[in-house]
Amino acid sequence: MTAIRSSSGRRGAVGWLFILPFLAVFAVFLVAPLLYAGYLSLYTKGLATGTTFAGLDNYTRAFTDPSFLKGLWLVLRFSLVVIPLQMIVALVAALVLDEVTGRLARFSRLMIFLPYAVPAVLGALMWGFLYSPSFGPLEQISSLFNVQAPFLLSQGNIFYGLLNVVTWQWSGYYMVIIYAALKSIDTSIYEAARIDGANARQIALRIKVPMVSSAFVLILVFSLIGTLQFFAEPQILGPIANGSVTPDFTPNIYAFNLAFAYAQFNYASAISFALGFVVFLAVAVFMVATRKRGSIFT
Amino acid sequence: MRRLVIAMPLLSLALGLGACSGGDGGGGTSAKPTTCTNKIVHADATAVSVWAWYPNMAKVVDNFNNAHTDVQVCWTNAGQGAPEYAKFQTAISAKKGAPDVIMLEADQLVGFEIQEALVDLAPYGANDVKAKFSPGAWKDVSQGAAVYAIPVDGGPMAMIYRTDVFAKYGIKAPPKTWAEYADAAAKVKAAGGPNFGDFGSNVPAVATALMIQKGAHPFTYDLAAKQDITIKLDDQATKDVLTYWGGLATRKLIGTEDQFTTDYIAGVVNGKYATYVSAAWAPGYLTGAGVGSGAEKGKFAVAPLPQWDNAAPVSVNWGGSTFAVTAQASDKKAAAEVAKGLYADEASLTDGWKTQTIFPLNQDVLKSDAFVTNKVEFFNGQTANKDIYIPAANAYAGATYSPFTVYYYAQLQAQIVKINSGRTTGDQAATDLQDIMVKYAKSQGFTVR
Repeated sequence: MTAIRSSSGRRGAVGWLFILPFLAVFAVFLVAPLLYAGYLSLYTKGLATGTTFAGLDNYTRAFTDPSFLKGLWLVLRFSLVVIPLQMIVALVAALVLDEVTGRLARFSRLMIFLPYAVPAVLGALMWGFLYSPSFGPLEQISSLFNVQAPFLLSQGNIFYGLLNVVTWQWSGYYMVIIYAALKSIDTSIYEAARIDGANARQIALRIKVPMVSSAFVLILVFSLIGTLQFFAEPQILGPIANGSVTPDFTPNIYAFNLAFAYAQFNYASAISFALGFVVFLAVAVFMVATRKRGSIFT
Repeated sequence: MRRLVIAMPLLSLALGLGACSGGDGGGGTSAKPTTCTNKIVHADATAVSVWAWYPNMAKVVDNFNNAHTDVQVCWTNAGQGAPEYAKFQTAISAKKGAPDVIMLEADQLVGFEIQEALVDLAPYGANDVKAKFSPGAWKDVSQGAAVYAIPVDGGPMAMIYRTDVFAKYGIKAPPKTWAEYADAAAKVKAAGGPNFGDFGSNVPAVATALMIQKGAHPFTYDLAAKQDITIKLDDQATKDVLTYWGGLATRKLIGTEDQFTTDYIAGVVNGKYATYVSAAWAPGYLTGAGVGSGAEKGKFAVAPLPQWDNAAPVSVNWGGSTFAVTAQASDKKAAAEVAKGLYADEASLTDGWKTQTIFPLNQDVLKSDAFVTNKVEFFNGQTANKDIYIPAANAYAGATYSPFTVYYYAQLQAQIVKINSGRTTGDQAATDLQDIMVKYAKSQGFTVR
């Protein structure tokens, strides 16, 4: 008895040793800042008053702050459009690539994935150039036809301008996830289906799509979290968007400006936590909803 | 986007690191000058760290270090304007990492003064150099008897215009009043001409200056009663100015593009804008961005800023910077010496104004023959200093800024975007701006009168 216990104890210790490097980084760069931000969010600092304890006042203020709510509404709307769009593009690309083989297929796979390999900031800068009314190809092409190209970062268009950038950047990544899931399906299933008389379209829709639905759940959670924390693209494109990207454009941009432009680190911490709460809530609701029905696609 | 989860803390980390690099001291000490962009001439002298972004700063620092044996400047460019302020703000909150001396625009001073981040230089002999500056320039850096920074350059405003566009569309003389400006704009546009000017949302400082020109007095604030502030943004002058520019924008007589972007500069080069309502440092900025060379050489000229009432002209200012000593400075006396002496020597100032990167506020320069009679190449040999900028600088009365300039500018910017797209009127924008600012001031603990 004792021998077994001590050996399992030693194994436990070895396990902890392996986790330790990660744990140390995790504690120093994630847990500690989180705790500190949580502590900050309980205080309030006015320029004229100094720091005072505020309890949960900052949170009540956050959830009644039109700037925060407006930004939240924007990222929610953005999620509703961008997530299905990315998933459709990724799914179609993955299904097509799963069917074809050869050098062209490998090349296409790489090309579709490539935007993800471009750092988000560089991608945004590049699109900023493409959208530019003076230098961009859009303008040059439309000037051939003597029409004015739409400025995709104007007030009315920036939603779609950003939609395009994000879809371009992420679809390839999601395509790879779905593609990997497709490759893990036993090909004898297709054979059986073909013997039963199923055509390629039926195989794709009735067999492949349901069998990779767990990949969809993964993608959905990833992109939901990512979109709710929307920051880099609007932040980078902001300076050339003629004021379309306001300091409270998305909750993360709002928190950033509160902290580093308006010197309100306390309230910025509260906004960050409030956003974290919304993200947590959204993901939890989604997870429960998909668990109940087994999978969203069956 | 998911990478942003990582990018966000990384970004703040980078900002923090930028601010803290070299700072290893405990509470309230400044960054140790370990990594200087420049060479230290006298190694055993007291080193004073400086953040500044003047384009010719390397020369300015060398001039200072060569001339001083007791104090040496260790210079870093921590970003131009907002990025530098963000780092400074972070250093203030962290209570360490700020430089000893920092370059700040005049409209930012109060916001840092109220946080007790700057040192009153009056006990360190600031008044020794008071006589070198106009009363307006001195007012911008002082609070009563306290002096929080030493001015270097200013931005008296004027109207830069394209002589080729004016000639082509028959505008014989530059408009002297804003009414004439609007008429000329309509005339040029009716003849199929370009935009007459630009009301970019990202230059709220210009909008504020133009409001002040009409007689607005947005903020009344005195650090002596630091909890009290008067905000008057819904007065008739503010409404009139916002309505005027909104009218020009919605009638498409002027552009609404943000300024300082590549697109805007391309527009200036290509004659997309007939005028540029701007400050005295603008020719240097435009030259640096490649404007005024090649085909556009000699096509620019400058005229006084149009007035609302030519019987009672008002001069206004856009930009211009100062050197302030931070509360984290370890040797305040040495730091004050730097603030007073840096970019104050003749060689540096001459280099600055000859390249038009600064419009000096030092009266020795403003009164010097070489400066007064200088024929500005960008303006095709026009004696712009004598005719336009010096009178404008001398007539500038100074302004009162709020302690939350960054927030105010962001709100004004949002209103300008709405005005330009016709989604709000100038009157409504002024009223909304007033409400927003009063609410903000109260939330920051001010008593709003």
